[in-house]
Amino acid sequence: MRGRWKAAAAAALSGVLALSGCGGGGKETGDASKVEVFSWWTGPGEADGLAAMVADFKKKNPGVEFVNAAIAGGSGTQAQAVLASRLQNRKPPDSFQGHAGAELLDYIKAGQIEPLDSFYDENGLRSAYPQQLLQQITYQGKIYSVPVNIHRSNMLWYNPKILKEAGIAGPPASIADFIAALKAVKDKTGKVPLSLGAQWTADHLLENVLLGDLGTDAYNALWRPGADWNGPAVTKALHDFATIVGYTTAEAASTDWQGAAKAVVDGEAAFNIMGDWAYGYFTGGAPNGLGKKLGTDFKYAPSPGTDGTYMWLSDSFTLPKGAPHRGGSLLWLKEVSSKEGQDLFNPKKGSVPARKDADKSLYTGYLEYAFNEWNKPGVKLAGSFWHGVSASKRQHTDIDTAVGLFLQSRDVGKLQAGLAEAAKNSGQ
Amino acid sequence: MSPAPARRRLRKSLPGLLLVSPSILAVGLFVYGLIFWNTRVAVSGRHDEVSPYGFDKGRDFVDLWHQPSWPGAVRHALLFTAVFVGGALLLGAFLAFLMDKGIRGEAGFRAVYLFPMAISFIASGVVWRWLMNPAPPERAVGLNQLFHKAGLGALANDWWQDPGWGMAAMALPAIWQMSGYVMALYLAGFRGVPEELREAARVDGASEWQVYRYVVFPRLRPVTLSALIILGHISLKVFDLIMAIAGKQIITYVPAVATYVEVFDRHDPANGATIATYLLVAVAVLVVPYLVWSVRTERVR
Amino acid sequence: MTRVLRPALLLLFAVLFLIPVYVLVVTSLKPFAEAGPQQAWSLPAHWSLAGWRSAWTTLRPGLVNSVKIAVTGSLLSAVLGSLNGYVLAKWRFPGADAVFTLFLFGMFIPYQAVMIPLAGLLTHLELAGTIRGLVLAHVVYGIPICTLIFRNYYVTVPDELVEAARVDGAGILRTYAWIVLPLSGPAFAVTLIWQFTSLWNDFLFAVFLGAPDSWPVTVLLNNTAGSGAVAVQYDQQMASALLASLPTLLVYLLLGRFFMRGLMAGALKG
Repeated sequence: MRGRWKAAAAAALSGVLALSGCGGGGKETGDASKVEVFSWWTGPGEADGLAAMVADFKKKNPGVEFVNAAIAGGSGTQAQAVLASRLQNRKPPDSFQGHAGAELLDYIKAGQIEPLDSFYDENGLRSAYPQQLLQQITYQGKIYSVPVNIHRSNMLWYNPKILKEAGIAGPPASIADFIAALKAVKDKTGKVPLSLGAQWTADHLLENVLLGDLGTDAYNALWRPGADWNGPAVTKALHDFATIVGYTTAEAASTDWQGAAKAVVDGEAAFNIMGDWAYGYFTGGAPNGLGKKLGTDFKYAPSPGTDGTYMWLSDSFTLPKGAPHRGGSLLWLKEVSSKEGQDLFNPKKGSVPARKDADKSLYTGYLEYAFNEWNKPGVKLAGSFWHGVSASKRQHTDIDTAVGLFLQSRDVGKLQAGLAEAAKNSGQ
Repeated sequence: MSPAPARRRLRKSLPGLLLVSPSILAVGLFVYGLIFWNTRVAVSGRHDEVSPYGFDKGRDFVDLWHQPSWPGAVRHALLFTAVFVGGALLLGAFLAFLMDKGIRGEAGFRAVYLFPMAISFIASGVVWRWLMNPAPPERAVGLNQLFHKAGLGALANDWWQDPGWGMAAMALPAIWQMSGYVMALYLAGFRGVPEELREAARVDGASEWQVYRYVVFPRLRPVTLSALIILGHISLKVFDLIMAIAGKQIITYVPAVATYVEVFDRHDPANGATIATYLLVAVAVLVVPYLVWSVRTERVR
Repeated sequence: MTRVLRPALLLLFAVLFLIPVYVLVVTSLKPFAEAGPQQAWSLPAHWSLAGWRSAWTTLRPGLVNSVKIAVTGSLLSAVLGSLNGYVLAKWRFPGADAVFTLFLFGMFIPYQAVMIPLAGLLTHLELAGTIRGLVLAHVVYGIPICTLIFRNYYVTVPDELVEAARVDGAGILRTYAWIVLPLSGPAFAVTLIWQFTSLWNDFLFAVFLGAPDSWPVTVLLNNTAGSGAVAVQYDQQMASALLASLPTLLVYLLLGRFFMRGLMAGALKG
């Protein structure tokens, strides 16, 4: 008993030392007996997709034990916090899920994940993924993650019956049309013009309004170091954002994204702007989906003013420095980067493969549309800031705060100042 | 001061000290070691995870007030604390007062008032989100829906989404959870007042209310104080409740949530530690005088 | 008048207190399509146990872990608290009050802020991710409250009893075993109930210090909410919430009077 406490005291001391910046492991052994994979895929659909990929992994790699360390809460709650704690204590999983892009910056700067350029070369991945995608996830000339899927953020979901009732011909093609349509819904029907959920869905709405108003190039420029957030174009976009938020629901803060999206297919709200994961939710059978019909219950279009641009986000996997089973990690990364792996995972998850050479016949309904849009020659890519592509975690949190304060004050000037400040402090 | 009594005193106190020493070590390491670490980080000026530990002379304690989200978080915590502590104390005392004289089915009532303590907000959070939903009448759910159905539409309100008073509504689930415990404390306190004292007051012509006012309540000051301390520190550190019902939204931002966001979302260890230090100081201001007072009065007793 | 008013008021509050549970229970017994906030107040049109069944399948491994953690943890806490309380009340040493005060202050540490170094500490002890590590953390952070309960209780035990045993030549442990322990029932009841509840309901330690095979029920409960592109299965979620709370609920319903008795005997007040 006493001995243990002494050991504890010693350990604490060494813990303090380690925290003050020493440490760092030696070269890894390449142990491939096991692989512990950390993700936030615990819900049906995503968990099923993961399971399908794991089954394929086991078939190809018999004898490698797979440990599923999934914790719910990907968009910034428990899973990421637990991950941060494990990485800082140098007890990393063998591979972890992260949104591809700037969200990984903190891990890169802290030296917690390894560059994967040689992995890309060895597996011929540089030509398998779209060039624009690889460009947008490259940091200082190196790639740190392996994308497995692509979701689309800039999607507008609408209820055709309510649009007809309000005398709106079709989905609005520009932000100005959108505002006019919202007004028409409000004036001519008793319905909610635009349903909104908790604070983060307002962040999601913001990125869509910015993209729609500024255009792809100006939107992408906002996320480069030293970007100007004080210009008149941003001011106009934020005024539009304020106008649009004015047409949303009073109970937004206590509604999750599902509740907000459901209002459209239930005929309570005319529009909702949400990523394309909403499609699986609308059309899937019970108990995982609402069993609604495309065409009658709802329709979709690119969010206003963004046709031709794919505002993407991607789940990707990484190689943590000091992974206990480095060999297993590499095998897993190979699985998630493979055509078979992505084709097993994506139809279940409701996303499209990040690779260009996937089997098109597996993607039906909305996914066929998404597949074609993603692979369409000349498509422009914009990185979703809210879903981790273009903003570091600090900027991401600071924008969220500015938006949260705005939802209370509705003061556009303060919002713009907050966003400019967030960009200045982004640390990118 | 001869050596003999000193040795005897040592022999007398050593076994006790030995028996407590594992706890002393554990608390020293796990509590004070970490408090020390936290304070160190708070003054380190280390606002990301790669900079070295420096010393910023406590600047962050001032800078924090310029963070856009911080003043609101403090205001929210104060309002929440006032409503929660006050509400739980009053309701708990009132329930105990109603039950004091003995009532049929007392055990059942006690169980009903106590059971919310057994349920974590991880479990009950969704229900509270439903109950306190501010949707307008045509889409109303939860308590507002109930009010509209019962013709009490005037009672329907915005609950925690009210920009000014929202945190007062956020205190309702906390009152629900803790007032049974306060009730139990007071009930134990009431029953600890000897019947002769009450009888004597009655003989002197005191009304039932006066018996409570002048005989019973004054003897319950220690109970009130300890309930106040327990509720107060729960309140300042409130985290689970907010995360389960509202998440990390600005409208219900409080310091404990801010610590979490700074450490795990913004990756700003210094800010996280500074907020934690403020929390610890706030709790200390509340608790230390009480601890000193209670240890001292006991010695007098 | 008061004869009617008191029970009426008590009944009114009882109903108010039960509202959240009503919603939980009713929703958990509805089929998927019916379970939702709009129909929160109505009884199930079709009764269904599907939610409970899938809750049971998902939560079972966590329930086993939770039992291990909460039972061992609260027993150890109670033993430690009892010994500490005994020494600090009856076998005092110079500085005992200071130690007590320092212990108590430990109750108030904001855990979110120290989670990373705490996890680091357990990693160094090679206890991270294990049930033993979780128990250790719970027991250590339980020392303040458990010591408080027992000390306040033992203060009410007459000093003469302990003195008499001492005069008879009994040492510290024998006095404890013969005189103090047999009197400790009410304080043990309060401590065990209190610790069992907080260990069972803990989420923060569990998610940061645990690992997939040591996760207790709260982490699995949180995982059932999911994060993905699917409908929230409210029937399953509510059933899970109830299932996860059932052990602590039973403890309060069945042992609530021991809790009360312990409070009245002087534990945890004043």
